[in-house]
Amino acid sequence: MSLWSKHAIFEKHSLVLTVGILIVVAIGGLVEIGPLFYLKSTIETVDGVRPYTPLELAGRNIYIREGCYLCHSQMIRSLRDEVERYGHYSLAAESKYDHPFQWGSKRTGPDLARIGGKYSDDWQRGHLNNPRSVVPGSVMPRYGFLESAPLDYAHIQEDMKVLQIEGVPYTDEMIAKAKDDLKVQLNAEDGATADLAKRYPKVAAHASNGAAGPTEQDALVAYLQMLGTTVDFSQFNDKANWR
Amino acid sequence: MVDHTHQDIDAATGTATTGHEWDGIKELNTPLPRWWLWVFYACIVWAFGYWVVYPAIPLPGGHTKGLLNWASRDAVMQEVESLKATRAPFVGKIEQASLQDISADPKLAEFARAYGKSAFGNNCAPCHGSGGQGAVGYPNLAGDRWLWGGSLDQIAATITHGVRSGDAEGHDPAGAAGMPAWSQMGLNAQQIDQVADYVVSLIAPTKADVSAGQKIFAENCVACHGEDAKGNTDLGAPNLTSKSKWLYGSDKATVVQTIANGRAGHMPAWGAKLDTATIKSLTIYVHSLGGGQ
Repeated sequence: MSLWSKHAIFEKHSLVLTVGILIVVAIGGLVEIGPLFYLKSTIETVDGVRPYTPLELAGRNIYIREGCYLCHSQMIRSLRDEVERYGHYSLAAESKYDHPFQWGSKRTGPDLARIGGKYSDDWQRGHLNNPRSVVPGSVMPRYGFLESAPLDYAHIQEDMKVLQIEGVPYTDEMIAKAKDDLKVQLNAEDGATADLAKRYPKVAAHASNGAAGPTEQDALVAYLQMLGTTVDFSQFNDKANWR
Repeated sequence: MVDHTHQDIDAATGTATTGHEWDGIKELNTPLPRWWLWVFYACIVWAFGYWVVYPAIPLPGGHTKGLLNWASRDAVMQEVESLKATRAPFVGKIEQASLQDISADPKLAEFARAYGKSAFGNNCAPCHGSGGQGAVGYPNLAGDRWLWGGSLDQIAATITHGVRSGDAEGHDPAGAAGMPAWSQMGLNAQQIDQVADYVVSLIAPTKADVSAGQKIFAENCVACHGEDAKGNTDLGAPNLTSKSKWLYGSDKATVVQTIANGRAGHMPAWGAKLDTATIKSLTIYVHSLGGGQ
């Protein structure tokens, strides 16, 4: 009888079943994902978010390579205790130039979305070399080898080109000057970063620890120290981005 | 396939079978418990109510808001506001009162210490330790050895503007006035060794002759550390006669390293990250750790 016997068509023909599954999943996708492309509140308009400098980008690549996201999230949820501890909840716009984003889903260590500038460069270096030297109860592994590993940035321009294709507003000038910019950001002398700051507002210079050139630790510290520093939340109007 | 028209009743249990049969074994079609079914149906009804009351369905023009008009972002802001309201009687007073008045008022000071302690745990403890005891390169806040001064106002200024933080009002904003690397400033290895002997002898008296080092000290070091080597909190020059634990260590090897390569500690400016009441409370808390002047 009826519908039950028609169901046999799906159970007996794998191709029909496949098409049936595709249709059902497509409906779910259209309803749940489709509208996000048209909702203004999906990605808020926020001033200040900028693409990563070449040095920060290289640091981000190391962050991903070392799997930092497995223990550290970069996503402050809209809960009171998180807002009190870490600061303003994360906005989608803050990771709009992240491909892939580093929100993470597990916190063995603390959230890092606004870690930038919270501690000094020296602290970050000491902590990477031996977390127990500054946080006695820490279970984080040592990353001391980053200090002596020379930073391989031969392909930083290709990295930026790929991100450009993905929609990150890297200009051709930024890409052309990438390798110089990377070295300039590690020059902490006065005014050295003035030209860099025209392309990357609020950029912070860092001293390099490597005698022979940038190290992986230099890049990672530069990345960590910029996290969450670009948006001025005193200027952010949450309601203006709603509809 | 399930044959729903001709139910096959299992003789042993009296329960209908699904009609599936494997090698003579039939599968019973035991009905779901009645209570379970009712809970299941209730959940479906609940879901409809949920869709109506809470934000649920994304549409091209915006998601449905629901009758309650609830939003997680509003909720967290309300919670933070109500928290502020709870703390307002004290926080408001802390904002208004001077540091001296706060520490003179026992109740207010007690609140400030508690408020400051939690902020300290989150923001300061990673460097200065959970009890303010410090670590190598990170000053001990519980002792009597202050680089930039241990009075309430001096502590507040250091927290707000930092040290070599780039904040123009902070200590040594350009980072140019730290301990120089004397190996680059005209002292050879022997001279550095001699002056290190003298510096170590300030806290660990020795019978050996340190006059050569004393002479080098008088020529090079007194500008910041003073004739009496008691330091200068305006310059962040430490007191070299203090027997409390030294920032980088007071053994000869470390002192040689400090003189030869220089030191320039760094502390972020917290003025932009923390509000006035939090910074004042931190000041009161740090001042109360044991070394406040």
